Amino acid sequence: MSDQTASGRPESPQSPVAALPGGEVTERDQDGPMLAADGRPLKSSLARALRREKLRALALIAPLLVFIFISFVLPIADMLFRSVQNDIVADTLPRTVVALANDPLEEEGVPSESTFAQFYTDLYIAEEYKEHTRLGSRLNYEMSGISSLFRGTGRAVGRFDTDIYADQFEAADPAFEDPAAWADWMADDDIRAALPLTTDAYDAWAGIAVELDEDNPAEEDPEDIVYTSLYRDLANGAAPPAPFPQVDVSGFESVSIRELFIEEDEDWADPEVWETIRAYSSRYTSGYFLNAADMQTTPEGVELRPENERVYMTLFVRTLWMSLVITFSCILLAYPISFLLATLPARHANLLMILVLLPFWTSLLVRTSAWKVLLQNEGVINDILVWIGIVSDTNRLALINNATGTIIAMTHILLPFMILPLYSVMKTIPPSYMRAARSLGAKDWTAFWRVWFPLSVPGIGAGSILVFIMSIGYYITPEIVGGTRGVFISNRIAYHISTSLNWGLAAALGTILLVVVLALYWVYDRLVGIDNVKLG
Amino acid sequence: MKLKLLMSATAVAALGTTAVAQEMADEMTIVSWGGAYQNSQLRAYVEPYLEMHPELDVTWDERSGEAVANLRAMDEAGNITWDLVDVTAADAMRLCDEGLAMEVDFEETLAPGDDGSSVEDDFGDMLVSDCFIPQIAYSTTFGYRTDVEEWGGEVPTEICDIFDTETFPGQRSLEQRPIGNMEWALYCDGVAMEDVYDMLETDEGVDRALAKLDTIKDDVVWWTAGADTPQLLADGEVVIGSTYNGRLFSLIEEQDQPVAMLWDAQMYDLDGWIIPEGLDDATLARVKDFLYFATDTQRLADQAQYISYGPARASSAPLVTTHADLGIEMAPHMPTNPENASNSFVYAYTWWADYRDDLDARFQAWLAQ
Repeated sequence: MSDQTASGRPESPQSPVAALPGGEVTERDQDGPMLAADGRPLKSSLARALRREKLRALALIAPLLVFIFISFVLPIADMLFRSVQNDIVADTLPRTVVALANDPLEEEGVPSESTFAQFYTDLYIAEEYKEHTRLGSRLNYEMSGISSLFRGTGRAVGRFDTDIYADQFEAADPAFEDPAAWADWMADDDIRAALPLTTDAYDAWAGIAVELDEDNPAEEDPEDIVYTSLYRDLANGAAPPAPFPQVDVSGFESVSIRELFIEEDEDWADPEVWETIRAYSSRYTSGYFLNAADMQTTPEGVELRPENERVYMTLFVRTLWMSLVITFSCILLAYPISFLLATLPARHANLLMILVLLPFWTSLLVRTSAWKVLLQNEGVINDILVWIGIVSDTNRLALINNATGTIIAMTHILLPFMILPLYSVMKTIPPSYMRAARSLGAKDWTAFWRVWFPLSVPGIGAGSILVFIMSIGYYITPEIVGGTRGVFISNRIAYHISTSLNWGLAAALGTILLVVVLALYWVYDRLVGIDNVKLG
Repeated sequence: MKLKLLMSATAVAALGTTAVAQEMADEMTIVSWGGAYQNSQLRAYVEPYLEMHPELDVTWDERSGEAVANLRAMDEAGNITWDLVDVTAADAMRLCDEGLAMEVDFEETLAPGDDGSSVEDDFGDMLVSDCFIPQIAYSTTFGYRTDVEEWGGEVPTEICDIFDTETFPGQRSLEQRPIGNMEWALYCDGVAMEDVYDMLETDEGVDRALAKLDTIKDDVVWWTAGADTPQLLADGEVVIGSTYNGRLFSLIEEQDQPVAMLWDAQMYDLDGWIIPEGLDDATLARVKDFLYFATDTQRLADQAQYISYGPARASSAPLVTTHADLGIEMAPHMPTNPENASNSFVYAYTWWADYRDDLDARFQAWLAQ
């Protein structure tokens, strides 16, 4: 390869030999392309060797790549995906979702009887699988009260007065009492096609019987949802072929499922409930992101939430702003120390280095709790200030449970992440540059400012990125010393993960945070250039 | 071994759960809160049970505070590693709603009361969810320092003194969540106890509660962990603060701090067991066998020797004696003691399950302002 570049004419037919990476040299074939020892064309041989090199490198890092992919990329992608995922409504109430989409909601925003009947089937099945309460918790994020509406109605839905249909069908034809006959009818494709609702309900019921109760559907009486669906099929004019019994349902006593629901809980007559179910029935939702941006969907479109419900934008802005303040405090404190570390003789520098690293080796929780002891009203710092007489006993400084506390504690905790890159960059600045500057007539300050400082800027860049990005996602320290005005967005994310269990919202907030960090990184790259960042 | 098998066979037969002796797992992971509470469970019934069943290996996990999130994650991963979980009633309801906790047949799973009462009668109102086996009643209530000079000898006697910064100046600590605080605020704004929740369902009610809390907002330190208020009170950071009554008991009686209890309008809550959904048969048999023992009348009364939480069974109350180490009578320190319970809120489980998300958003926005 080096020979090729050296000759400058690698393809030239004049050059009789070429060196392979392996060092093999081969004679050139008189007519065809240059050949390697094994008779292959040199070009492909070279490419193969290169490819092999790449594969080897890849194989070396493969364990790490696979590990990162499985334990880091996949879970995070899965978590972030929850911010738009909304399968639960369509999965739990499949029939209702379809019926609602076609229901004009003419009667004051409340669905028609047929939609309610589909909802009855859905809720009955969901209750059997114990999924209705999970759906209730999900919809409760959007409208208070839905949680107990589903829980309460779920408990009652099995006892709805729909058994009159089973009784009337059985009175009309005793064949209905035979589970085996039902199983036969429901195996007949013509009957299935004629009775769509009944087939659907029967299949769902048979699924429950097999999966949950481990019964044979051919030996069990179908539940009320099947008879209710059968009544609706026949009342719609269905004419199932024989052997299905011919029953005239026009004389049947009927019951309004809609009324049954409203009787159970009058909230089923609340249009807002149905509007919520309809609005969140698609499999993907922007609801979590809107919520994360303090917005909401109203009948008039997307708009900002009322002022007394906005919280996330405040927190995002505060997180960014306080992270900036922390980063600058770190630069201010770390620069002189790093300067000292880099310029002192090794013996003293090492001692100083240990002092820098000591807190680094101490548990984060211990350090944060120590700040609590120092900063609180009756704490060490206030006591000393009162003792000296700088502040009066009744006007002690509020140093904790606010933004001040977070900034002080986090500056201390993140300081090593600024000192170390600064130090390693400064260490590489040859002392002779300063001497040269002085010998050319520069004063101490000019020499520092014109020569030393510009050379240390890459260290500031590296330290700032490190500290800023770390502090943007910080959680423990703000939680302990931040009170209410010193907490970050990550504290809210943690709250939604572990306490409110609104994982979709937590994922949306996390996604926004990630995007903001990436955007800032891009801006930084454009302004400063990431090539100017050095870790040593 | 044969004898043990025979004994467990008779025990199971005696329970009436099943006629055939079931194979019971030799390992069980119990999840609890750590600290003094877990210690009371260990001494009152886990150690005695282990003595009866030396083959059993119990592992403790102290993550009850995040039980719902953890169980949900385990369920999604398809690998439930917990066998018995101690949670608050509100969390038990959520786990039940999410299908993560098993529904329990109380009469079949638990021992009848010592006094012959049925399980349903013995636990009474404490059975708030089909999945929840109550152990103790605790309350969130206030403690105040008894040595505050600015108070001029006066001490708070009722809940609304929390809002009286004229007579009782100084910092207060309140829990950083709407539950409890909203009720107290409305109550002290003149709303009758029974109307508080109706009021909180309206926007005006919420505004009114927050406006009341506004009057002391600058004097409040907000806590998130149960250990915060005892520490703040001990350090003199706050003069009044809310926390769990057991924490205050240990601060006052065990650590001898100049602090006293304010029981007025205490917020009752329950704590108990849930069985995660999806245990294998052997583990479930072991868990049920343990539960039958650990929640009987005597064991719940025994637990009160170690911590000042009221036993959930009515039949246990007469058996409550003295503190195991301090020797003091425990009854007066129980939230269920008639003198302490004369005026109290009961955590409105269903109500908060509905309104928690909404009110929390309002509360957090209010805090951030």
